[in-house]
Amino acid sequence: MSATIVTLPDQSTARIPKTNFLTKENGLLSWLLTGDHKRIAILYLISITFFFFIGGALAGLIRLELLTPQSDLMATDTYNKVFTMHGVIMIFLFLVPSVPATLGNFFIPMMIGAKDLALPKINLLSWYLYVVGGILVIYTMVAGGVDTGWTFTTPLSTHYINTNVMSTGMAVFIAGFSSIFTGLNFIVTLHKMRCPGMTWFRLPLFCWAHYAASILMVLGTPVLAIAIVLLALERTVGIGVFDPTKGGDPLLFQHLFWFYSHPAVYIMILPGMGVISETISTFSRKRVFGYTAVAFSSVAIAVFGFFVWAHHMFIMGISNYAVLVFSLLTMLVAVPSAIKIFNWTFTLYKGSITFETPMLYSFGFMGLFTIGGMTGVFLGTSGTDIHLTETYFIVAHFHFVMVGGMLMAFLAGIHFWWPKMTGRMYPEKISQMAAVITFVGFNLTFFPQFILGTLGMPRRYAAYPPEFQVLNVFSTAGATILGVGYLLPVLYLTWSLKYGEIAGNNPWQATGLEWTTQSPPLTENFLVTPIMDHEAYDYEWLEAQQAKEVTSVG
Amino acid sequence: MSDSPAIAQGAVAEAGDSHHGEHPAYQRHHFETVDQQFDATNFAMWLFLLTEVMFFGGLFTAYLIYRNWYYPAFVAASHQLNVMWGTLNTGVLITSSFTMAMGVWCAELRKKSGLVLCLVLTFILGLGFLGIKTIEYHEKWEKHHIPGLHYSLKSFLDPASDPEIYAEYHDKPMALDMARHTELYFFLYFAMTGMHALHMIIGIGILGFMIFRAQAGAYTTGHVTFVENFGLYWHFVDIIWIFLFPLLYLISRHA
Amino acid sequence: MSEQSQHAEHEHHIVSPRVYLTIVLALLLGTGITVWASFIDLGPWNPVIALAIACTKAVLVVLFFMHVKYSSKLTKLTIVSGIFIFLALISMTLADYMSRAWGRW
Repeated sequence: MSATIVTLPDQSTARIPKTNFLTKENGLLSWLLTGDHKRIAILYLISITFFFFIGGALAGLIRLELLTPQSDLMATDTYNKVFTMHGVIMIFLFLVPSVPATLGNFFIPMMIGAKDLALPKINLLSWYLYVVGGILVIYTMVAGGVDTGWTFTTPLSTHYINTNVMSTGMAVFIAGFSSIFTGLNFIVTLHKMRCPGMTWFRLPLFCWAHYAASILMVLGTPVLAIAIVLLALERTVGIGVFDPTKGGDPLLFQHLFWFYSHPAVYIMILPGMGVISETISTFSRKRVFGYTAVAFSSVAIAVFGFFVWAHHMFIMGISNYAVLVFSLLTMLVAVPSAIKIFNWTFTLYKGSITFETPMLYSFGFMGLFTIGGMTGVFLGTSGTDIHLTETYFIVAHFHFVMVGGMLMAFLAGIHFWWPKMTGRMYPEKISQMAAVITFVGFNLTFFPQFILGTLGMPRRYAAYPPEFQVLNVFSTAGATILGVGYLLPVLYLTWSLKYGEIAGNNPWQATGLEWTTQSPPLTENFLVTPIMDHEAYDYEWLEAQQAKEVTSVG
Repeated sequence: MSDSPAIAQGAVAEAGDSHHGEHPAYQRHHFETVDQQFDATNFAMWLFLLTEVMFFGGLFTAYLIYRNWYYPAFVAASHQLNVMWGTLNTGVLITSSFTMAMGVWCAELRKKSGLVLCLVLTFILGLGFLGIKTIEYHEKWEKHHIPGLHYSLKSFLDPASDPEIYAEYHDKPMALDMARHTELYFFLYFAMTGMHALHMIIGIGILGFMIFRAQAGAYTTGHVTFVENFGLYWHFVDIIWIFLFPLLYLISRHA
Repeated sequence: MSEQSQHAEHEHHIVSPRVYLTIVLALLLGTGITVWASFIDLGPWNPVIALAIACTKAVLVVLFFMHVKYSSKLTKLTIVSGIFIFLALISMTLADYMSRAWGRW
């Protein structure tokens, strides 16, 4: 653990550059009316962290309730509201925007040598839409919450519940447009704003991953929007679209809802996979194995991801033939994800590996995402799904991929690019410790849930049979540790803003155009439009550059 | 910071320095050339239209399912719509697409008065469309065919109570459960044409704004992006109607 | 520069009013034919013809009014991919509904 690739400038003489995107303009309005993608990324970072902790607090409440078999901490209706708000906040207000809106916004223009995204005003609009969506969710919670589950299953949400479905629906609708505009911006930027020499196959894989996720955002989210509109109309006017007494089919809502929500999970994970490509490569000092395969598998995940949505509906009443077809297609969609894991593993092979914090999170990702992904295969197999669905197995599965996978990737990315965004390094030892704490806490929280699920404990229940208590207690204990693991980064990252070591341009010796600029970057990113003349992850080129570099004057 | 490899290799960064005098006033600073800006915004508009396609897609899915399941109800309900108004509206919208396309042509050729005329014509035709829609919606309101609390099955349980339509189609009285499903048809009618009308209203609003700006000469300087991209939006709204018209109005009009 | 060198300059492909006029007349004619055909009993072919004419009209609007005939490959690919996903939504959802009637197995 003593070997490290971190190379910092001499701390006694190093200074944060006086002119950078943070100091360029001052005042609240310069932030609230900014077009600078980097400032918008910071605005997003603050907002999503805020909602993450609200969602996390709700998770804490869930685990506290589940310490005992009875529904004794809160009424069952309240418990329903807690897990619903937890889901809505974590998915729509945290996971979906996490990497794209923060790291993607900040770094895609820099990685392609551009001055900004293609549509800066739309970028700002995206953030405002997110904020409005967030405010509506807060309103919902204050007004008494909603208890349908984040999936708003009909006809419960349309006919049998009188909690705040409308305001939550509106929040999700508006946040959805935030996502659409972000994705739209990325696609246009990647097609039209690449600097000279930056061909598609010289792009960092981070960009490919975001491209694929953006396709999903643009084509999938509108279907969620119409599903919510129909839900709202059914609830208010009583049009009958999901009402069996008028001839409607409740399953139609589910088809439209899951048509988005399945691609949504890929919207969530693909940017995280993009981060992992960057960190695995940097901390093994080796180009990503099978660049083309990883790039194409990202797009393949996006395309196949559109064709598997009904695997969330196997037990809901779709025809057996549909079950068959969707089950088969689900098997196919697992393949590109596996290809990526293989390629990252082969990148590590004979690489020069060091264990800085982003790498620790990346290792965590690879292991936990693999477990989560493989359990997804059990769920995609319709035979086993009948037993495992709506149990804690599902809860464990998606937390492994989303928290063990995506959230770890997000933290990897935040740590990896923190020096570039702020100009400062975070304290390494405590951050490594936090990563390990998170990993331990995560496994203790969610692994028992696989067992609980196979034993038959249903999800979304406040009370459960007493024989499940031991595993639930383990899970809650793990959640406490996990909470510590997530709190620590907030503390030391904030600390590092003032007291962290000066990072310099490229503390990780990483390739990528963003590392050629100052830290924090200038508002216009580059003084001169770069020309890309080497392949991605070209460490030999980097070495040659550094040999030529002037490091002192006189 | 290490030297840009471009300079090391003797290549020249194309328009990398920002000489403000070299590019037109309407070119945003993050774009290298006007062409790049036009391309990017055009592409962005197409992507936005794709999101609209998927948004309406959900409604078309619902339509196809329920038409399949409740065909007799859909037939009877469709007879309640007036083909003359629908055809007229289709003609109006298609013509407005023509005037919009002509408007783009005028902008490209920098003909200010032509552009303003075309935009005004498009505006008027758009209003005409909405006016006809209002007439149709009002008729539905009178007959209690708006889904919800006041929905009435009378026209379907007893078709003879509707002499004009009965004279043309001689629909038989429907069974009660099938008659109830006509509410689904009308929900789809109002949802789809309503969503379409909402897009029209937004478009007409933007057209109003554009007429003022066009009169001020904003679109005849060679900067046709706004007009062209709005044109794309307007044509898209026309295409939606091109599909809505046969699907809603012409389900089974033969005697 | 990304793709400006490859694609033809948009401003230079100015579609003439004559083309627009031809297209609008074709669209109006198509509308007339659709209405006329709907009053004739063609059995299952009525909706097919109506949709076929609607698709043709849409294609004309896209190609000529929206200038796609003279646009880059990227624009064409974008439109095709959008239509593809739209058709996937409709066909796969309908496949469930229609196969329900086939019974359990």
